[in-house]
Amino acid sequence: MFKLSLRKYLVLTCVIGAVALAGNANAAGTIKIGVAGPHTGGYAAFGEQFWRGAEQAAKDINAAGGINGSMIKVVKADDACEPKQAVSVANRLMDVDRVQAVAGHYCSSSTIPASEIYDDAGVLVMTPGSTNPKVTERGMKGVFRMCGRDDQQGAVAANFIINKLKAKRVAVIHDKDSYGQGLADAMIARMKQLGVSEVLYEGLTRGEKDFNSLVTKVKSVKADVVFFGGLHTEAGPLVRQLREQGISAAFVSGDAINSADFVTAAGGPRYVDGVYMTFGQDPLTLKTGRDVIEKFRASGYEPEGYTLYSYATVQALTAAMDATNSTDLDKMADWLHSHSVNTVLGEKSWDSKGDLKVSDFVMYQWDDKGKFRQL
Amino acid sequence: MDSYIIGQQLLNGLTLGSIYGLIAIGYTMVYGIIGMINFAHGDIYMISAYLTAIILAVIFSFGVTSLPFALLVTLLLTMVITGVYGWAIERVAYRPLRGSTRLAPLISAIGMSLVLQNYVQVSQGARNQGIPILIDGVVRLGGEEQFVQITHIQILIVLASFIGMGVLTYIIQKTSLGRQCRATQQDQKMAAILGINTNRIISTVFVIGSAMAALAGVLVTLNYGSFDFYIGFIIGIKAFTAAVLGGIGSLPGAMLGGIVLGMSEGLFAGFVSADYKDVFAFSLLVLVLIFRPSGLLGKPEIEKV
Repeated sequence: MFKLSLRKYLVLTCVIGAVALAGNANAAGTIKIGVAGPHTGGYAAFGEQFWRGAEQAAKDINAAGGINGSMIKVVKADDACEPKQAVSVANRLMDVDRVQAVAGHYCSSSTIPASEIYDDAGVLVMTPGSTNPKVTERGMKGVFRMCGRDDQQGAVAANFIINKLKAKRVAVIHDKDSYGQGLADAMIARMKQLGVSEVLYEGLTRGEKDFNSLVTKVKSVKADVVFFGGLHTEAGPLVRQLREQGISAAFVSGDAINSADFVTAAGGPRYVDGVYMTFGQDPLTLKTGRDVIEKFRASGYEPEGYTLYSYATVQALTAAMDATNSTDLDKMADWLHSHSVNTVLGEKSWDSKGDLKVSDFVMYQWDDKGKFRQL
Repeated sequence: MDSYIIGQQLLNGLTLGSIYGLIAIGYTMVYGIIGMINFAHGDIYMISAYLTAIILAVIFSFGVTSLPFALLVTLLLTMVITGVYGWAIERVAYRPLRGSTRLAPLISAIGMSLVLQNYVQVSQGARNQGIPILIDGVVRLGGEEQFVQITHIQILIVLASFIGMGVLTYIIQKTSLGRQCRATQQDQKMAAILGINTNRIISTVFVIGSAMAALAGVLVTLNYGSFDFYIGFIIGIKAFTAAVLGGIGSLPGAMLGGIVLGMSEGLFAGFVSADYKDVFAFSLLVLVLIFRPSGLLGKPEIEKV
């Protein structure tokens, strides 16, 4: 313990005051947008996609003069895809970084609790990748998404499995998380409407690599289609171990396996050959994003997965700020509900819940070269 | 239930259990000698997975075509370099805390684990990494549709686990180094008075434990083909559970604990519910600890008065 003399105390106070003032002066000319996602942890690959997209969007908007003269600054916020950390990082974004809007999070299980913090603080959040229906089903005005919903995605998958693959025995595996299990349940719901029930419904543990006992179980129920709700880190080893145990059942999964990392996780292109997945219209093939894609590729980065979704999210947030000349939740939300925005993903508009008016889930298939194409 | 499914599930459990056992050896040796749990051990295993890929890439870039030679060199180099990691971690994170409270090195170990994870994430990237499939064969017993299979690499894993454990048990029981280890374990101060360099012995134990994790790392990387900087976490917890189940401090116990854990997980996931296999594994641990508080093969601790 030490005591401060009065003089030192005064000097200290002045210094703190000056720093605080400098901080304020700086803040007047910039608008901060939080980019929340798993920047560390097992799913950091998606965090990197988010960050690259948002960073490039901010750079391009600033180069074009910013928003009514204010520059955009993106702030990285790491939730490691853990609900608890998502809440604490959301609080930090509100109290310490004082961001005016949030692009994030990735995992639905993070977005759901974090958005309550943003709602309390009156800050608008738009997620580039959380597809669980609950995200926008809680009556929060300031929650939007730049992607479709799992009930839409699950229905597309179920229609495909039953009508195109003519499957009779469908084994359903999920990763016990809001996204994975939600997607699996949505798929099953639609499948039951079509008159088919699952023959197996099991969860695996995220972070593990050995699913052999589950795979043997799939074998014992003689499934002809395996549907997996989860991320590529588990989908890869799962599909490989299925094939290694001699199971040739079709493998169908959701948007979270759409990354070149899926091929690495599966141990090579020959294991992903024939795998089906649902995903929005592939952003890399859209004409609207051509210039931006070129810019990414010129810098040596392939803007795969959610990169362009994150870019588009920042575009939509800034468009609302620009048009309303405000960062107020109500004003921005009202504007987004009633206007459409031209993004790298094309023209996007939102319904009263904050969901996209048009969802564009389609089926893709991976080939033996480790690439996927639309069916 | 068809018998081939049961056989397959037992084999699945055996290979998984062997991997747990190999990693559990590192936990059990360190605990045996200085009574601390080295939570960074899972991340040592993760480092060895990265080393495997890097060393393999380097060897093949020299134009080596003989696969057994490449694998052998990779195994040796990975074990040596991982051993150096183990040694360095002990020097940096644990030795300065020796003689302080029991909790201090534990916290330091958790910190070390985070440091290693983030160091690899920053230096190698967050993305999944992989190596191509090098050992491909499979042994299938039974008919066209109904068969029990084990891949060559899985056979290798089981063999390596038992050989590794056998060699270590021999070292600890029969050699002079082993005698010094046991003496240090029983009474560090007395061992030091009798002329044993206990610091060197403790370092050696860290090196051996890390080398065993490296053995697991190489084999598992060859088996699953993919890895990222986060793989050490879950497998580390499982291996630690195996070590406690078998009796922490006991080498055969680590192996037995690993196999019991792997098999019970496999059978429970296969015939009851994959959702709750971890719940079952930990319930089993609790049960064993209630009836045998020092684990399956552990020696009861004698309270010194």
